[in-house]
Amino acid sequence: MVKFDIKDLNIWFGPVHALKQVSMEIQANEILSVIGPSNSGKTTFLRMLNRLNDLNQNFRMSGVVKLERKDIKNIDTELLRKRVGMVFALPLPLPLSVFDNVAYGVRMHGRKTKKILQDRVEESLKEAYLWEEVKDRLNESAFKLSGGQQQRLCIARTLAVEPEVILFDEPCSGLDPISTAKVEDAMVKLKQKYTIVLVTNNVKQAARVGDRTAFFLGGELIELDKTDKIFTAPQDKRTDGYIRGKFG
Amino acid sequence: MKNPYRTQNIAFFFLFLATLLIVIPVGLIVAIIIQKGLPAINWQFLSDIPRQGMRAGGIFPAIVGTIYLVTGAIIFALPIGLLSAIYLSEYSKDNLLTRLIKLAIVNLAGVPSVVYGLFGLVLFVVFLKFGASILSGSLTLGIMILPVIITTSREALESVPQSFREVSLSLGASKWQTIRHIVIPNAIPGILTGTILGLGRAAGETAPILFTVAAFYLPRLPDSIFDQAMALPYHLYVISTQVPNVDEKIRYGTAFVLLALVLFMNLVAIIIRYKFRKKKKW
Repeated sequence: MVKFDIKDLNIWFGPVHALKQVSMEIQANEILSVIGPSNSGKTTFLRMLNRLNDLNQNFRMSGVVKLERKDIKNIDTELLRKRVGMVFALPLPLPLSVFDNVAYGVRMHGRKTKKILQDRVEESLKEAYLWEEVKDRLNESAFKLSGGQQQRLCIARTLAVEPEVILFDEPCSGLDPISTAKVEDAMVKLKQKYTIVLVTNNVKQAARVGDRTAFFLGGELIELDKTDKIFTAPQDKRTDGYIRGKFG
Repeated sequence: MKNPYRTQNIAFFFLFLATLLIVIPVGLIVAIIIQKGLPAINWQFLSDIPRQGMRAGGIFPAIVGTIYLVTGAIIFALPIGLLSAIYLSEYSKDNLLTRLIKLAIVNLAGVPSVVYGLFGLVLFVVFLKFGASILSGSLTLGIMILPVIITTSREALESVPQSFREVSLSLGASKWQTIRHIVIPNAIPGILTGTILGLGRAAGETAPILFTVAAFYLPRLPDSIFDQAMALPYHLYVISTQVPNVDEKIRYGTAFVLLALVLFMNLVAIIIRYKFRKKKKW
């Protein structure tokens, strides 16, 4: 099933043409890795899918992005962002307790009983492989957790609002290898329930977890194919050069 | 060869000197007022009305008047100031018009207080026919401290990291929910700082209340917000310059009470701010 259908997407920030004529489909329950050097438009692409780009007042776009055949412009922004969750590059807990961080989004989507909240928080923390580490620290400030724990907390927070798609924006850029492995494990398990779009600067990470991989360069989508194919027999010379570490 | 350590020591010396130059006058003022004013302080001075043409008795009506005026000014200025700060920082687009508005607000903070006094006289006393009253005085003081409250509140709101807003929005919270649950709670310490500054200014200014509320001599308590009232700064001005032969003790005593009152009100706000800062988790 096609989750996202993107046609002729162009994005500008003021005079800067950040994304050029991008068309692609994102399948349900796949992990799509997006790789490319910095300034290639990866993050802009990702932030298009939950309309976070709209926060920038210089943002302009053309083209169509459809979520399950419906133009995302016609979906309520709050509802869209509930369905399409996001995990940011740096662990960004809210200045609240561990519990309240996970419960935050749930609370914003309507009053829930304490029992429902507690269950949802526990469930989400388990899904993010964090429950065992924090179950006795739920009332502590989220900033007291380690970096890797904070990032998994952010994943749990995103899961708690029960999204369909999760966007990961370089989720491991600030993490040590062990924490990275834990986050990657979580991602691979999550794809059974969710569609995942992973923007990463780490080419090896894309190879490890991605079902398909998209390569962006200078705002253009250069190549999109099965991860194996991208890494063994890329069609475009530039893709080949990038994954071999020749530039970027 | 230049010795970097000596350069550092010289710089340190001048920085210290500058700080000292600020601390010494403040310390001296406070010391003189305490030294000369404290002997006047007793229960009668605080609780009695002025007697014998303000040469004896107490200053109770002036204390009450100032408390009324400051409270009124804050009640008026804090909600309006906070709401407009929220609008300017969170909702308004960054364009020439809003930049001009922000600049105008900052500059309003520097307008001499006597101008506010005249404005209050024209608008509240004469045009709206509130007369010389606590209401007119409070509103005038409120307008005077609005720019301070707006500017500091806006800065406090803007200093809340953009990433918090993005996280909240990305979880599907609405803009208002984000402001209500994330931005404002983290901006409260800064907003209180603005309130403290405004409070001190409202309590201490003479010119804005001169035409709008202050009674030269009113040896009773005001009975409604449409009544005139005495106020400490104006009373201090009167007994210092307008009434001959007032004991120095009474003048400094009045100054001491005014200082203590402002300090006390600030202390309350500072304690609240401290409580919120402790809750701040980043």
